[in-house]
Amino acid sequence: MFNVETIRKDFPILSRKVNGKPLVYFDNAATSQTPQQVIDVIVDYYSNYNANIHRGVHTLSQEATDKYEQARQKIQAHFNAKFIHEIIFTSGTTHSINLVANGFSSILKKDDEIIVSALEHHSNIVPWQMLCERTGAILKVIPMNLEGELILSEYDKLLSKNTKLVFVNHVSNALGTINPIKTIIEKAHHVGAAVLIDGAQACPHIIPDVQALDADFYVASAHKMCGPTGVGMLYGKEEWLNKLPPYQGGGEMIAEVTFEKTTYADLPHKFEAGTPNICGGIAFGAAIDYMNAIGFETIAAYEHELLAYATEKLLEIDGLKIYGTSKQKASVISFNLEGIHPYDVGTILDKMGIAVRTGHHCTQPIMDYFKIPGTVRASFAFYNTKEEIDSLVTAVKKANMMLA
Amino acid sequence: MTIEDIQNEIIDEFSMFEDWEERYQYMIDLGKDLPLIDDQYKTDSNIIKGCQSKVWVHAEMNDDKIQFTADSDAIITKGIIAILIRVFSNQHPKDIIDADMDFIEKIGLKEHLSPTRANGLVSMIKQLKMYAIAYQTQLK
Ligand SMILES: Cc1ncc(COP(=O)(O)O)c(C=O)c1O
Repeated sequence: MFNVETIRKDFPILSRKVNGKPLVYFDNAATSQTPQQVIDVIVDYYSNYNANIHRGVHTLSQEATDKYEQARQKIQAHFNAKFIHEIIFTSGTTHSINLVANGFSSILKKDDEIIVSALEHHSNIVPWQMLCERTGAILKVIPMNLEGELILSEYDKLLSKNTKLVFVNHVSNALGTINPIKTIIEKAHHVGAAVLIDGAQACPHIIPDVQALDADFYVASAHKMCGPTGVGMLYGKEEWLNKLPPYQGGGEMIAEVTFEKTTYADLPHKFEAGTPNICGGIAFGAAIDYMNAIGFETIAAYEHELLAYATEKLLEIDGLKIYGTSKQKASVISFNLEGIHPYDVGTILDKMGIAVRTGHHCTQPIMDYFKIPGTVRASFAFYNTKEEIDSLVTAVKKANMMLA
Repeated sequence: MTIEDIQNEIIDEFSMFEDWEERYQYMIDLGKDLPLIDDQYKTDSNIIKGCQSKVWVHAEMNDDKIQFTADSDAIITKGIIAILIRVFSNQHPKDIIDADMDFIEKIGLKEHLSPTRANGLVSMIKQLKMYAIAYQTQLK
């Protein structure tokens, strides 16, 4: 049985105070909090078997290597990748995207076309723009409607035999929209294009089955799913990862080096140059275990309850407008108070111990679409409560009164 | 009044407030009362970078003293600007350059001084002092 009070005990940070008030942490879409079970794994690593991996014959190195490779296995199982070498450890979503974008610069030709969605994070726009500059490929954008949903009929029009790549996020970080990625992938494959899915915001709520989705690439960050910062993953289909050239050169990624020629290591090491974030990778595995022990269906159902409750309560506030009203939504609410700058609201909420995000959320094109400078974004995790949402509502009302 | 006198006056005013709410309500009210900047100066080149909210500042020198006008799209930011303008406006460039900014801490706004704080109080102060430095070189 899911009991949020028991769950909250796993998260030491949730009992701290901010500005003299109990912390209400609603910035989960930016980074999630870390349970004791994951903190213990980090402490255990540095206390007991900190060593470089894949190259030592000594015991510590072998223990560290085993744990690191076990974590890779956990990630493979979680995302249902066909092969373990299809899982590449990276420093996070941004790194994963850049790795793929860089690889495609040797594949794309002038006038090839790349499609992104209007809902993308800057992380999933800028690397492709850079790729277009390098290759002469053309960037096209799937537009969205006022609900914050992608307009698929427009997507159909953009697809052609020139389309080589499509990049879409699974869940939008600014609006919470869950995109119909299965359909998007199918349509792209019809014209022979590859698809990368940015799963940074989906993975805290949903288990993506990369084989069922038939995604060519799927990327995520550990720190948004109860893991540490600075580590993430890239899933790529074996055939694609074999086609892409290595991203960075260095140790770990080579088979043989002479000054005349270097041969690259096999997957996944070809893309893992240098000493990786070993502890982070192991803790990423522990975070996935932690979330699976609670169960993603349980998590999603509870978060949905929080979302529905918060939406209803917030909409009772005078002049409050929610951006992103798709029926398919993760537990993210972006809103503004009429005539009030989001930054002001965020400042007052912080004074009351409530952590939300304000600004453009690295999605300026979305803000431009709605003609707003930014929003206040409250994003909920499974360790949040309805009482905390009540505190949010009280605080927003107070901000409204003070600022109006 | 000297910059120091004005700062002491502000410290006195803020000392009457019992909690953050009164302090912030006062800043919000100051923000609302801030005289508007002339629209012609609300240009992109007058925007201070490093603020989550937009801040425009315009400076003019008359009789060797600098007059500042400013605006922001966020009201708390505007309140902070109002305080800064009260301290710096109508002062000699040299006094502005030399001004100590300890009073910010004394009125309980220290949290806004962190360089990563999105309202960019630090960049605002820097910008006002830059204007003073520019006018100071003209005087020489
Ligand atoms: C949709 C999306 N993509 C990419 C990123 C970037 O992730 P990271 O900073 O972990 O690389 C984020 C993080 O905010 C995100 O929400």
